[in-house]
Amino acid sequence: MSHVRLRNVTKRFPRVVALDDVSLEVARGEVFGVIGQSGAGKSTLIRLINGLEAPTGGQVWVGDQEITAMSEKDRRGVRRDIGMIFQQFNLFRSRTVAGNVAYPLKVAGVGRAERDRRVARLLDFVGLLDRAHDHPEQLSGGQKQRVGIARALATEPSLLLADEATSALDPRTTAEVLALLRRVNRELGVTIVLITHELDVIRTVADRVAVMEGGRVVETGTVYDVFARPESAAAADFVRGALRDRPSAETLERLRRTHDGRIVTVAIRDQAGFQTSLAKTFLAHRVAAGIVYGGVSELQERAVGSLTFELTGPAEGIDAALAALRADGVDLTEES
Amino acid sequence: MDEFLTNLPVFREAIGQTFYIVGISVLAGGLLGLALGLVLYATRPGSLLANRAVFIAVNILVNVVRPIPFVIFLTAIQPLMLVTIGTTIGTDAVTFALSLAAAFAVSRIVEQNLLAVEPGVVEAARAAGARPLSILLTVVVPEALGPVVLGYTFIFVGVVDMSAQAGLFGGGGLGDFAVTYGSQRYNWPVVYITVAVIIVIVQAGQFLGNFLARKALRR
Repeated sequence: MSHVRLRNVTKRFPRVVALDDVSLEVARGEVFGVIGQSGAGKSTLIRLINGLEAPTGGQVWVGDQEITAMSEKDRRGVRRDIGMIFQQFNLFRSRTVAGNVAYPLKVAGVGRAERDRRVARLLDFVGLLDRAHDHPEQLSGGQKQRVGIARALATEPSLLLADEATSALDPRTTAEVLALLRRVNRELGVTIVLITHELDVIRTVADRVAVMEGGRVVETGTVYDVFARPESAAAADFVRGALRDRPSAETLERLRRTHDGRIVTVAIRDQAGFQTSLAKTFLAHRVAAGIVYGGVSELQERAVGSLTFELTGPAEGIDAALAALRADGVDLTEES
Repeated sequence: MDEFLTNLPVFREAIGQTFYIVGISVLAGGLLGLALGLVLYATRPGSLLANRAVFIAVNILVNVVRPIPFVIFLTAIQPLMLVTIGTTIGTDAVTFALSLAAAFAVSRIVEQNLLAVEPGVVEAARAAGARPLSILLTVVVPEALGPVVLGYTFIFVGVVDMSAQAGLFGGGGLGDFAVTYGSQRYNWPVVYITVAVIIVIVQAGQFLGNFLARKALRR
């Protein structure tokens, strides 16, 4: 059974529709990413899962419990089994590092001895045991988020919600925090739902992804499928930003100025011999192919990207080569 | 100066009265003001215990009472004094009025400083499953403690100031002493010595407040 399920969820604020008929399922034990530009409704979506926000319509389930049908008192009980981390960390400045991690345990009524034991174990897990008695303002951003993660895991939740958890961090610290989240998922078996506007975050940790735009989920699937073959404009935008997909109109115009041949973009797929067969086909039809744009990257350990070629040679030869490649199932686009 | 020395026992008594008036007012007014401030913060729309009716009622009450000059306030609440403490003059009457006036001032100071606490911190506590009242008392108040202590220090100085007006109602204290034994007899040394003592009290209070706030803020 799925760990988190949203069914036809709508959330209207007085002046804006934040979520418009959203349905999602997050499997137990996976890292599920939600990507979208700011204002796409991601923050509202993640807050529906632990009931910090109530939807205007639709249902939210966590495990076999329907959050949307509960009293606020029962929702508080469910929240104790859901950890949450935040973009701005939201640590308690009036408490020490250990005090921050102990807070959810106090709320849950865990006794002092057990609390101390768990706090020490969690701080050890995030590598901050030696900072237990420091205060949050003495820590770097990455360390603060690690305290945030330890605090979120204090009650040993089976689900962790990450609200733009790395957006306030520099690239290196982001990588450290993402690696820690990956460990939380792999070693502790915690299901993670994370929202972000950065494709890199999704690419690094997520198993599956939902792409949001204007309050709607426009595409859902494995990270590889969604970003190797984006079907929605929103997903394609993210891919172009991070993976250098097809050349933009401006790039194309610049290419035209210096290249007289026909310009064709080929989607690169993770298949052995793919590029060799490409080269052979061009050669067989006496077509010269020069790479003028593109990039190949890695998604979930598989190659993905696109290359743009300038093709020169006899017109019939180019047409025949393109027809042959299309017949082979190669995804190619002639840039007009 | 000789005259001052003969009045030394009265002067000592006046100091004691000022400590009494100020001490009780800051304590009682501080507690009542804290309660009012918490209500203002927590019942505000969108807050932890949002309650429009309560918020509007308390808000209007504070807005009505706070701008009244203390001397007029003292007179205006005399009917209330008669009902509650049975007298309208003397040290206790003045202390009663001052406690109330301080409470309304404190309520705004507390409210403002609680509002300055990052909403994200409250959200983190909610996400941990804490109850609203518990969040208010164990998260919001501790997070705002430093500025709140400084706010109380500010109020303390104001209370010392207002306590000097107590003499008008036979309340005693240093203000009363300075007028009765000093300025009315053109005995300026008495006035200045009294002023010096008041300054020392204010300075000591400010110093203590700064010290406690620094401890709370760890700076």
